[in-house]
Amino acid sequence: MRRVVVTGIGTINPLGKNLESSWDSLINSKSGISKINKFDVNEFPCQIAGTIKESYIDNEIVSLRDQRKVDRFITLGLIAAEEAIKDSNILIDEKSSLRSGVMVGSGIGGLDTIYKNSFILDNHGIRKISPFFIPSSLINLLSGQISIKYNLKGPNSSPVTACATGTHAIGDSFTIIKNNKADLMICGGAEAAICPLGISGFSAARALCDTFNEFPEKGSRPWDKDRSGFVMGEGAGVLVLEELEHARERKAKIYCEIKGYGMSGDAYHITKPSEDGNGGFRAMEMALYESQLSPDEIGYVNAHGTSTPVGDAIELFAVEKLFGSNKNLFMSSNKSAIGHLLGAAGAVEAIFSIKSLQTKILPPTLNLDNLDMKTSINLIPHESISKSVENIISNSFGFGGTNASLVLGI
Amino acid sequence: MSDIEERVKKIVVEHLGVEEAKIQSESKFIDDLGADSLDTVELVMAFEEEFGCEIPDDAAEKIVTFKDAVSYLSANSN
Repeated sequence: MRRVVVTGIGTINPLGKNLESSWDSLINSKSGISKINKFDVNEFPCQIAGTIKESYIDNEIVSLRDQRKVDRFITLGLIAAEEAIKDSNILIDEKSSLRSGVMVGSGIGGLDTIYKNSFILDNHGIRKISPFFIPSSLINLLSGQISIKYNLKGPNSSPVTACATGTHAIGDSFTIIKNNKADLMICGGAEAAICPLGISGFSAARALCDTFNEFPEKGSRPWDKDRSGFVMGEGAGVLVLEELEHARERKAKIYCEIKGYGMSGDAYHITKPSEDGNGGFRAMEMALYESQLSPDEIGYVNAHGTSTPVGDAIELFAVEKLFGSNKNLFMSSNKSAIGHLLGAAGAVEAIFSIKSLQTKILPPTLNLDNLDMKTSINLIPHESISKSVENIISNSFGFGGTNASLVLGI
Repeated sequence: MSDIEERVKKIVVEHLGVEEAKIQSESKFIDDLGADSLDTVELVMAFEEEFGCEIPDDAAEKIVTFKDAVSYLSANSN
């Protein structure tokens, strides 16, 4: 059976411009959430987000000229891809190119670019629409851009499963390598939806936090009794996945193994998770089954944990149901620090999970002042803890009732 | 250098990211200055904006070199 390992990692997110700086901020309880200042938010019910500082964007990786021709989500994805590919030390030649693919998705893609071009069309007419409008907005163009830049001619696709996108991208890439359709996959997610249309759309769906505008860093507070919705973040996470023997042959640095992948549908509601948490439960159960591990062998759950009143309780319920016998289980939510990166969330959170396996540090759930529910699971409030774990499960659940879980282990 | 040449050169530098010194009268946007077909569409839009004129598609197709652009705009701009 073909086994799949991670050999390269890259991320840009509200806590930092690369893996090391953002991990360091995460485990030191820093928050990446601030007041939105890119546009006027006075009329918006939610005025906070996890925005990436402009100084984090490396114009050497994506030139200013090229940035004008792509939506911001593609720029962020290309920056994370460059870090991951450099980190993996992989050299692609004409032969290996055919066995190397790309699967980097996005939840929404070029929303702001679509909004701006719609305005141009209405106000200035058809002749002012840029020829780059469509290729800069389409979600799969990030996978396309990465394949062109690094000459990757294997499978090329992009999942679009809202907030589960990043996890599906990693899981589907794992399956592709396992099934011998590629030896190497560049996979993950990217998102840049902190724009007037993005914030107003999620606000209208009553999904965003609207009670901490004056205290941005306090807004994302999974499982806390004062939570009122998620805080949007932006960024990208990209991983290099590789077949184990392929990685060993080239003496690659191996971070961890992808041991299992589960996916399911709620068949319940367009935005709410099913009340009994059955969808999330089945995704975790399927991932665990493929990994051939028992619930007691999982040491840490990197939760979806969005800080929404309904979602947090349901996820906790599903985790308790599956891991009830495990008395030494830890769980936390990276979203308390970086916000919800939508289609990039699962990828960035898988990356942080891998850092936990490597460094034996479990990051905290910020702002968990008053736990809203009873649980025996340690939710790691406020400060990270030192704890060696061998296997981690990382969850992502999306609008439409789509669920994905990954088991990562050393 | 005429005022029109200066303005066209400025647009080409900005849109194609090339050094000003690289732009010769006979330079072809695609073959010599690294543009692809979508870049040339955008270049023509930028010329229209700068010179306040409308360049029909059949005329735009004939603008292949820097000199072509300057000649067309000298004859047709307001």
